[in-house]
Amino acid sequence: MSWREALPVLIVLSSLVPGLIIFTLPEDRRRLRTFLNMTGAVLKLSLVALLFPFVYMGQSFVFRLPLLPGMDLVLHADALSLLFIVLSAFLWLVTTIYAVGYLEGSPHRSRFFGFFSLCVSSTTGIALAGDLISFIIFYEMLTISTYPLVVHRGTPEALRAGRIYLAYTLSGGILLLVATAWLRVIAGDLAFVATGILSVLDPSLYPSLTIIFLMLILGLGVKAALVPLHGWLPVAMVAPAPVSALLHAVAVVKAGAFGIMRVVYDVYGIEFAAELDLLRPLALIAALTVIYASIRALFQDDLKRRLAFSTISQVSYIALGIAVAGPLATVGGLVHLVHQGMMKITLFFCAGNLAETLGIHKVSEMNGVGRRLPWTMAAFTVGALGMIGLPPLAGFISKWYLVLGSLEAGQNWVIVVLMLSTLLNAAYFLPIVYRIWFAAPPSSWPRNQARVGGREVSLLLLLPPLATGLLVILLGLLADAPFSPLQWVQIITAREHVP
Amino acid sequence: MTGALLTHPWSLWTIVIPLAAACLSFLFPRRAPLPGIITALTVPLFVATAVYQLLQAGPHTQVLGGWHAPLGITLRTDGPALILLLTSGLVGLTVSLYALGYFTTTDQQERRQQRFFWPLWLLLWGACNALFLSGDLFNLYVTLELVTLSSIALAALNGSSAALDGAMRYLLASLLGSLSYLLGVALIYGAYSTVDLALLGHIVHADDLSRAALALMTVGLLVKTALFPLHFWLPPAHASAPAPVSALLSGLVVKAPLLILFRLWFEVFPATATAGITHLLGILGCGAIIWGSLMALRQQRLKLLVAYSTVAQIGYFFLLFPLARGEAAATAWAGVLFLVLAHGCGKAAMFLVTGTITRVAGHDRLSDLAGAGGMLGARLLVFALAAVTLVGLPPSSGFIAKWLMINAAIVTGQWWYLAVIALGTLLASGYVLRVLSLAFIESQAPALPAAPRILRWPPLALAIVALLLGLASFHPVVLSLVDAPISGIILLEMVR
Repeated sequence: MSWREALPVLIVLSSLVPGLIIFTLPEDRRRLRTFLNMTGAVLKLSLVALLFPFVYMGQSFVFRLPLLPGMDLVLHADALSLLFIVLSAFLWLVTTIYAVGYLEGSPHRSRFFGFFSLCVSSTTGIALAGDLISFIIFYEMLTISTYPLVVHRGTPEALRAGRIYLAYTLSGGILLLVATAWLRVIAGDLAFVATGILSVLDPSLYPSLTIIFLMLILGLGVKAALVPLHGWLPVAMVAPAPVSALLHAVAVVKAGAFGIMRVVYDVYGIEFAAELDLLRPLALIAALTVIYASIRALFQDDLKRRLAFSTISQVSYIALGIAVAGPLATVGGLVHLVHQGMMKITLFFCAGNLAETLGIHKVSEMNGVGRRLPWTMAAFTVGALGMIGLPPLAGFISKWYLVLGSLEAGQNWVIVVLMLSTLLNAAYFLPIVYRIWFAAPPSSWPRNQARVGGREVSLLLLLPPLATGLLVILLGLLADAPFSPLQWVQIITAREHVP
Repeated sequence: MTGALLTHPWSLWTIVIPLAAACLSFLFPRRAPLPGIITALTVPLFVATAVYQLLQAGPHTQVLGGWHAPLGITLRTDGPALILLLTSGLVGLTVSLYALGYFTTTDQQERRQQRFFWPLWLLLWGACNALFLSGDLFNLYVTLELVTLSSIALAALNGSSAALDGAMRYLLASLLGSLSYLLGVALIYGAYSTVDLALLGHIVHADDLSRAALALMTVGLLVKTALFPLHFWLPPAHASAPAPVSALLSGLVVKAPLLILFRLWFEVFPATATAGITHLLGILGCGAIIWGSLMALRQQRLKLLVAYSTVAQIGYFFLLFPLARGEAAATAWAGVLFLVLAHGCGKAAMFLVTGTITRVAGHDRLSDLAGAGGMLGARLLVFALAAVTLVGLPPSSGFIAKWLMINAAIVTGQWWYLAVIALGTLLASGYVLRVLSLAFIESQAPALPAAPRILRWPPLALAIVALLLGLASFHPVVLSLVDAPISGIILLEMVR
């Protein structure tokens, strides 16, 4: 096995192996557990960094494990995989730090971090999967390994959320599996290749390809939380804050969105999908999701539920960008994968800090919290303003390209959707920001944890949101710098759209 | 040296060693576990050698005592036989290790159980292996009877009234099945004067007599495999037996009549099997999947839940009959044979860990098994690990098997079987989830003692093997088609 084959495998193993060891650790081995977690996270990030320049130069890293005659488990690294893997590897590192601080002293931490690592390994596998079948293998592994995290607290409410989560995701998974098997039967090998592989097929197969596309999107749409398949996400917010942050803002919903990218760009090919007229329904569902979830978010008093509906809405920007089908819209959709992740994880970290320190779970309780938690709330404000799309924050860049892309593709109705969504975003985020900074604080908080060494919260809980909040600003300000996500998706776009 | 490696009848030792060990453990009851463990450690080695031999030197038939067919006894070491031998090797090794810790020697009654467990189990193991390697109808009958009788004795082992009741039902059902099968064999022997499968395959014609014989043999075997609606005897027998025995009955024993069915239908009587009849078997399989899963969803006791899950899983095996046609024949065959291996390991692991849970908690009532973090929580997670294979989620062996079956259903255009496979998967997730969620509920009950290591590690190891077989599926899948009654290539796409 050459190092080119080994690297993708090592990237997956860098979180899998520490996770498996952590399972066997007794509860009280805190230092060793943290050491394993951090080693894995740093190692993964370094390995990914090693991959970066080579993929930039267009070199390929492929690992194959034969599963059946004619079917391999394929791991490969291309520009699109790197987009997702850099995001998840970096945010894993940040979230691990946060989770160590958040779960300090709570029970079942070995189990938690074990499954947490399994989730990250699955997400890495999803990013590196080289064909649709390998993708599904990791996609389902993600389903299984997230369940224990959703039900981690063991309350009846958490168990109910877990049941709902599995009912949605397993049904979606089966649909995806059947559609893939069907596609495999009529199209042969399903390797992810830029610009797609299906356009060479006989036109008599087009009706089947249309049905398969719809099945694939429905299957992937469960995790991507497309309306009406989004029901599991708000319910799953009973999970501990780090889980909500990483998995429900990044790993799980992004796995769905990333799958849609792979299907549209690398299986069907964007031009071919447009030719079959498959993108219009996708655009409509995505637009519906953007608006519907924003309206629902307006009426949520529970902070995490409001954030969840906001996630549902914002993740569909990605699908919308894909479905508009112009190069600039593609840039907007793809870059939102990174930008939305960064903004939403900041918001979830802050929501976790609020719940931990002051026992605040509801928007209506947030009056004046800016005075008690100034740094946390500053990060929250940056995240919220970014979500609205205020320049020069990250969210603005995505929206800017989405608008340009819609104009370029002549789909002006998308601009109306985007404007409406921006207004709604402002309507459900600005009141929170107002409460935080300008409303008078109550005489006492639901719970007031003592300050730690003069800081508002412990550093482990404070640094992650500050880091990601800062990145929300930098990703916007330095959007045009070399190797920024924006530059990177422009490379991808150039490879996917054949002139 | 290589010459001996490739020509010696290695598979013969997988019969001889367990039978010899059975005698030894019967003669020296105080030392009964010793021959058992020696067998458990050596038989898998011989299986591995036989697999290597088949892949290197190709299929071959060994003749015992120099008597050739149609008179003598021949050993057929082909791919399907080796898949079953692999199953029996993996399950047998794990169950034997587990049994060392399960029957404690301090308890008077358990000492008695142990004294009978080892000879009976070793006899069962030898008989199973002999059945897998048999190439004629009469030997199949004899070995099948040995398998059945030793399993019934094992099922009755703990002497409780529930166990005796279950074993009695099992006995009656099996006797009827045997009679029916033997009648069919007699008809065939009367008409063709031979019982050799390979010979019969060439000379049998599709007349009324062969149809009658096939029907009689099939019905008999269906009872013994416990295909819905003839499964009535299975849940009580499997659920009331001691844990190692349940693991053997579900993981191994039901597969013995199944292999005979496959050999009959695809090797001897392919011409007699009409599409209508294969669909009948397929529909019964679908019935088993749905009924067994629904019953598993309703059970209040863990062991019964697992037993009904076996009823459901048996249904999948019978989808082979309608799915194995045309271009998809090899795909379906490989999928089902691999599922036999996957299910054997997964289900045995599940029954063993259920045994540990029952031992630790003192009961197996689902409503009282909650326990996060402690002993029970960890065991329930092992249960879930085994369940990943049984539900058929990636990357387990069960997933690869179902993937092949789904492919065969699509290639042959039989969408309704696809729907049943999908529904069965969802239902299976449902009943597994009932158990899994217990692992996360905080329980106020006093902490339970830890089970001894020997009751913890074997089920975990077997569950991991079942899972990882999904990533090492290439060779077993190729193996299942070597010299199989169905030839052809595994087809994942339609050739245009």
